[in-house]
Amino acid sequence: MIAFIIRRLFQSVLVLLAIALIAFALFNYVGDPVSNMAGQDATPQQREALRHELGLDHSFIVQFARFVGRAAHGDFGLSYQEARPVGQIIVEKAPATLELSLVAALMALILGVPMGVYTGLHRNSFLSQVMLTGSLIGISLPTFLIGILLILVFSVTLGWLPSYGRGPVVHIGWWTTGLLTLGGWRAIILPATTLALFQMTLVMRLVRSEMIEVLRTDYIKFARARGLSRRAINFGHALKNTLVPVITITGLQLGAIIAFAIITETVFQWPGMGLMFIQAVTFADIPVMAAYLVLVGCFFVVINLVVDLLYYVVDPRLRIERRHAANV
Amino acid sequence: MRPAILRVILATAAVAMLALHAEAKTFRWANDGDVTSMDPYAREETFLLAFDQNFYEPLIRRDRNMKLEPGLATKWVQTSPTTWRFTLRKGVKFHDGTAFTADDVVFSFERATQPGSNVGGALATVKEVRKIDDYTVDIITDGPDPILPFDLPTVAIMSKKWCEEHNATRAADLTKKQENYATRHEDGTGPFILKVREPDVKTVLVKNPNWWGLKHEPIDIDEADFMRIANASTRVAALLSGELDMIYTVPPQDIARIKSTPHMKIWQTPELRTIFLGFDQSRPELLESSVKGKNPFMDKRVRQAFYEAIDENAIAAKVMNTYAHPTALIVGPGVNGYDAALDKRFPYDPAGAKKLLAEAGYPNGFEVGFDCPNDRYVNDAAICQAVTAMLAKIGIKADLLAQGRAKFFGKILHPHYDTSFYLLGWTPGTHDALNALTSLVQTRHGKDGVFNIGGYSNPAVDALDAQIQVELDPKRRDALIAKALGIVRDDFAYIPLHQQVVVWATRSNVDLAQTGDNFFQLRFVKMK
Repeated sequence: MIAFIIRRLFQSVLVLLAIALIAFALFNYVGDPVSNMAGQDATPQQREALRHELGLDHSFIVQFARFVGRAAHGDFGLSYQEARPVGQIIVEKAPATLELSLVAALMALILGVPMGVYTGLHRNSFLSQVMLTGSLIGISLPTFLIGILLILVFSVTLGWLPSYGRGPVVHIGWWTTGLLTLGGWRAIILPATTLALFQMTLVMRLVRSEMIEVLRTDYIKFARARGLSRRAINFGHALKNTLVPVITITGLQLGAIIAFAIITETVFQWPGMGLMFIQAVTFADIPVMAAYLVLVGCFFVVINLVVDLLYYVVDPRLRIERRHAANV
Repeated sequence: MRPAILRVILATAAVAMLALHAEAKTFRWANDGDVTSMDPYAREETFLLAFDQNFYEPLIRRDRNMKLEPGLATKWVQTSPTTWRFTLRKGVKFHDGTAFTADDVVFSFERATQPGSNVGGALATVKEVRKIDDYTVDIITDGPDPILPFDLPTVAIMSKKWCEEHNATRAADLTKKQENYATRHEDGTGPFILKVREPDVKTVLVKNPNWWGLKHEPIDIDEADFMRIANASTRVAALLSGELDMIYTVPPQDIARIKSTPHMKIWQTPELRTIFLGFDQSRPELLESSVKGKNPFMDKRVRQAFYEAIDENAIAAKVMNTYAHPTALIVGPGVNGYDAALDKRFPYDPAGAKKLLAEAGYPNGFEVGFDCPNDRYVNDAAICQAVTAMLAKIGIKADLLAQGRAKFFGKILHPHYDTSFYLLGWTPGTHDALNALTSLVQTRHGKDGVFNIGGYSNPAVDALDAQIQVELDPKRRDALIAKALGIVRDDFAYIPLHQQVVVWATRSNVDLAQTGDNFFQLRFVKMK
């Protein structure tokens, strides 16, 4: 077990290095930050001096080595755009993204699972058809369009909910939360719905197909034969067995939600890390981009690691198979 | 239970809305970009300079018609060809209560020209700033500089004491690994005081009750909340839903919609920025072209053919939705030295263009690379697509490369000048034509012609520039500028396309001063 964790940790470090390298290679194509930073009246000498100060006149290898060396100490440098430490910017933005992602993930689960169960049990009912057709929209419409549509309906036409921002936030230490104020909750509804819609569809369809699968199995038939109540069969036996893959997928999707919050955050001007990343790209703010990509890489690596470990712990078959494999 | 909750929510919302109306004088506005720094020397960028001047003031400022008027200086005279004497305003206090004196001016000008500052370009001719007494300052220039006052509205005055106390005597220095105090705090003399600064989320300014100008220039709003909303549709939605009082920039495709919405108002005025096309005229062979061994753009006939092939009126009408003012010059109305009599475009004449190309030895046209930004100017990429199609009609195959501003400028600007044919926009920072002439037209040498990307070189224009630089008589100076602009036009050094139109949108109860330099100042805002 410990050997497994150590091996995985070692692999994780390699993965992160690879991400950093690829990201850094891409930065050669995002453009010249100096032209954004120096004003239109700056002289060529001033531009050169700035380039030198930033270390942009060094070769790719040297720049990369310096970045990794500093990043290992947790120092991601100063944002070109804001002239503030990148670490500080990320700490400021992270709560917004994490809160949005969490609310979206919960929304997807709380709505997705019951809908999946219902459509699995009543396959031909009218309501199931409506839900399934509706879920097609969730899968096929691009996120930004859903966001804009929600804004159009609920902000502009009905005037119920704010169209942008996070609303009033409460500071708890370095963490900021919008979940303790009414305004904060009003502000999170639209972006969280936008972000949750795809995941909700995914969860619903997953639960539905698993339910259908499980309901066909022998032990359900036996349970029916024993005369157990429908409720006990559907929720006590069937649903419980469908949840293992659902939990895995949701765990993995949490990483995706955090990473893909970029679009939702851009549409709703949600002051999180995704928005920060997009703005860094337009400015060629390399330190911010690098830190963000490495951080998202970290999220994925950690989530994957945890899921792997959970598998290992939860499913005894895996352990046995591994031992067999090792013997061969 | 549920209707009850709903009722509570609705009631709360109603109360909240009433509360908003009660303290009516909060002005909320949004822009697509954030002010990246509270330090007025951090970047030479219109939006940042305009925002920071709500709390930092220059010696000379611009009024609601962009005319110079006294700011922190009440009087300025040229006491010798190389000396300007400024009389400073008395009784002005910084927001922390310190009195404003000549020491602050000397300090600020020094800070503005040091590394880390990006507004030093405006003070390029300043050799020395000399304190005469507490309220008199002499600025000694490096040779005569008749237009120094036009440079000064860019340079805001900071407090010497405050900067020294907070270790901010230099503008943001990226080599140091720490944030400069002035990046997120301010201590100016201006009509507004910074109250909350949350980068990228919200910046709140409140009225300065002790501002020196209050007597003749009452400030109508008590608080101003600035939000950044990068997404154009969201920005417009927030205005339409009443969450904001003003937005700029306004996406062109939404102008008609905002106009037709009750209680909304569109403001427009020609911008000082001129959009134009330029050619590489200096390399013996173009970098990106099918023509080898020579540079077709060195032939004036080819440049003229390009000019005549482009139907600017169609671009203004169709691509720009009429929000553009076609132009023949590289500077537009509102820029000092602009001459309306000269501003006559040569006719659109594709047949003539074809003939010119044939005369120049390219009867079948040729292929050339075409660089264009896609996020810098209004509809920039669409303009380039239209130009590409128009050039195709005379047999020119322009290979359009439209990319983001960081990539675009990295490619075409100093030191690479890596382009054969490109689109660029220019606003003279001084609002004076000389800035455009020295930056865009003068032969590249040292700090001259840095943005003369095509490497155009004409000794006649260079000589005129030198004369304009030292000419003290405004009439004669204007005549020299007109002569230079005329040469540039008739030589087809550039293909000027149009001046953009500045478009702002507000709720109809808002009154403000819109200027062609896109310089939005809160002190002009009034709310009914």
